[in-house]
Amino acid sequence: MLEVRAIHKRFAPDKEVLQGVSLTVEPQEILCLLGPSGCGKSTLLRIIAGLERADQGQVLLHGSDITETPTHRRSVGLMFQDYALFPHLNVAENIAYGLRMQGVSVAERRRRVEEMLALVNLEGYANRSVDDLSGGEQQRVALARTLAPNPTLLLLDEPVANLDRLLREELLEALRRILKHLQVTTIFVTHDQEEAFALADRIAVMRAGRLEQVDAPAALYRRPANTFVAAFLGFRNLLPILEWRDAYTVCTPIGAFSLPVPSAARSATGFRLLIPPDAAVLDSAPSSATYVPLVGRVIDATFRGSVFRLQVALKENEKDDNVLYFEFRTRGREVLPAQGEPVQLWLDVAQLCVVQEG
Amino acid sequence: MQAALYALPVLFLTIFYLYPLLAILRVSFGASLAEAMEQVSAALRSPGFWRVLWFTTWQATVSTLLTVLVGLPLAGVFARFDFPGRGLMAALLTVPFVMPTVVVAPAFLALIGRNGLLNAWLQRLFHLDAPPIQLEQTIWLILLVHVFYNVAIVIRTVGGFWSTLPPTLAEAAAALGASPRRRFWTVTAPLLAPSLVAAGLLVFLFCFTSFGVILILGGLRFATLEVEIYRQAVSYFNLPMAAFLSIVQLVFTFTIMALYTRVQARLSRTLRLRRRAFARRPASWRQWAVVGLALAATWIGVLSPLLALAVRSFTLGDGGPTLLYYQMLGENLRQSAFFAPPITAVRNSLVYALATLAISLPLGVIAGYALTQPRSRWAAILDPLLLLPLGTSAVTLGFGYIVAMGPLRVSPWLPPVAHSLIALPFVVRTFLPALRALDRRLREAASTLGADPFRRWWTIDAPLLLRALLIGAAFAFAISLGEFGATLLIARPDRPTMPMVIYRALGQPGLMNYGQALAMSTILMVITAVSILLIERFRLPQGEEF
Repeated sequence: MLEVRAIHKRFAPDKEVLQGVSLTVEPQEILCLLGPSGCGKSTLLRIIAGLERADQGQVLLHGSDITETPTHRRSVGLMFQDYALFPHLNVAENIAYGLRMQGVSVAERRRRVEEMLALVNLEGYANRSVDDLSGGEQQRVALARTLAPNPTLLLLDEPVANLDRLLREELLEALRRILKHLQVTTIFVTHDQEEAFALADRIAVMRAGRLEQVDAPAALYRRPANTFVAAFLGFRNLLPILEWRDAYTVCTPIGAFSLPVPSAARSATGFRLLIPPDAAVLDSAPSSATYVPLVGRVIDATFRGSVFRLQVALKENEKDDNVLYFEFRTRGREVLPAQGEPVQLWLDVAQLCVVQEG
Repeated sequence: MQAALYALPVLFLTIFYLYPLLAILRVSFGASLAEAMEQVSAALRSPGFWRVLWFTTWQATVSTLLTVLVGLPLAGVFARFDFPGRGLMAALLTVPFVMPTVVVAPAFLALIGRNGLLNAWLQRLFHLDAPPIQLEQTIWLILLVHVFYNVAIVIRTVGGFWSTLPPTLAEAAAALGASPRRRFWTVTAPLLAPSLVAAGLLVFLFCFTSFGVILILGGLRFATLEVEIYRQAVSYFNLPMAAFLSIVQLVFTFTIMALYTRVQARLSRTLRLRRRAFARRPASWRQWAVVGLALAATWIGVLSPLLALAVRSFTLGDGGPTLLYYQMLGENLRQSAFFAPPITAVRNSLVYALATLAISLPLGVIAGYALTQPRSRWAAILDPLLLLPLGTSAVTLGFGYIVAMGPLRVSPWLPPVAHSLIALPFVVRTFLPALRALDRRLREAASTLGADPFRRWWTIDAPLLLRALLIGAAFAFAISLGEFGATLLIARPDRPTMPMVIYRALGQPGLMNYGQALAMSTILMVITAVSILLIERFRLPQGEEF
């Protein structure tokens, strides 16, 4: 549906923000551009919208080249992080703006505005001034305005970044419900992996003007393509590999582990062993054969509600390579392990994976 | 003690502003109601009155429209683009705003007058017998100078507001299918409208009360209300008519002022919400071309008349370079219009300007503090009282002094008092924002660190406010130097100021008189330019609107 081919963009001779990005978005798909600030994700979005010109490369919509088409003839909907609601127009006039540009009749416009207000749960807000709306209401008006002209492609730039946490979760759910209901193809930009997981069908992780990995959320989480992606998704246990004993057995500073499947990577340099924070259980041994025992000492314990986190040193010296971070369920546990206390862990080696450094 | 201090500016404004205005009312309407009715109906029946009112109104309207037409594109460039020389361009725009009319009017004559620089060049270049540019004594020259004076107001007010509009608004409109033209008309223009109205009202007000420009460039053909008040009072000594015209003008100017303050209040409210500016580097050669064009137009537009004035003051007729005009300033010619060598006017003007500083700065500081006192009685009186002089023309003020001050009207102190009254609102307007911006917690911190009230003021307030005070001082100084309307009515002929000398010399025939006017104008221009440099040097970076 949308195809982006080898996009290059330079803001200054030494500042290349996009270095040959290629990407395909399927019809009705919600694709997320995820990356740290400055990685070029917003610039890519602006190039797709036609607000920025690419130095090289093409943008194709339904197979036709729109690289040179000005924004107002592209039929893409774009929602800004600051919403960019027109302060001189009320809610209904804001939503009707795109329809007005299309030359839609007044009666049809009014009907469509009502429809949109119902969609975003803001019935009765038509004549409000946009200055009187709360942040969440403004966000929903902005969404209604963007959706009203029925854009072929919807672009969302950090759509919930300006809202507080509780509201953010609520609106993300509403957003996903609306987008799936309308079956509109969507690209949205965020720096928050939780938002990306909550909303996206596929996630494209960007870094310094390049795509690092494009995958479904679960696949991304299970098999990050490299340590950058892993670290950005919040993984902290990335152990250096000292040597490979055979295709299954990998030696790390905290000991050797036998992986359930043979690894293609046999070189010691250039790879790390990823241990997910939820790969271990505490105290009692599970029946499964893939669990191996680990003994350590608690450096720090933090309570996080339904889970608690432990920082565990597996050797006497507390060098970074000897410390692992784990999460355990709080349920059924009155007291958290105290600092300095020894703990018995069982690690599920089936969840370990080898990740390329990068 | 404090209350007594706060009463000072109120007292000053009452004696030197309200009282003269009331005196004009008395002269206009006479002793009894019947007399008043008769005076008014006589004035209303005279065709001269309606002709002057009509001319005043239409020239102000046309001037305002032209100014907006020229200023709006420049405001857009200024608001949207960040480019080398942007700060300098802002500084340059202060020049026309502060330059006295007695400098600017001769400057335009020196550039495009019958014997102006441009005509001389064109004649030489194309071997013409007659000067090709024939604008002298036409309305076009007056309109042109009005645009020169006021275009900075449009650029500063509208451009300052424009620069705070997030560019995402226009981008959102683009994504919703609006073409560039429709984006401007449906989003940008409606949002700019209030700032455009504010700027337009101010420009209209200044053109409506235009005096020096019309008097010098219009000859006897054109008269605004302001010029007519002067003529009635000085040339025909028809005081009731002058008083009646003053009242009519006051009604107009106060109405415009009231409208302006309402729009302005709404504007500053919305401006406070969004302080960020969004100027960006030009991204394409076309945008660079637009920026270059705007820069060139501003530089040429502002500097060419002033440079022409300077060049002309060093050129003998159509001949070579000379210092003669400047030397003549030191001599008292027998047939000259002066009682003393014209050069003494420089000294007079500087003395008046220093006296103006001595009066207006302390009063401005006291007024500023009084206005920031919460729930102060004096603040409630001062706030509107300080606005009124802005809407009162200088000639009206001078005329008020003539009819109200009795024997005092020949006092050498009267001109600096009048100048102070005109400068006071400017001093307060530059000082007050700085005072308001002064974080109360800084003072509280100083107190907890053991500073007594005076040391607290000396170590915290004074250094932070000094900048604003210097700007106010420079404004007051420049205003006093260039003040023309009131001075012409109240300054003693044997103690002329520079503007008076220039005006008189321009009115005399002969090359030497004209040359003296050019030389004196150039001196005044240089002194004013130094004041402007001071203003721009100390202007706080946030001050985008004037």
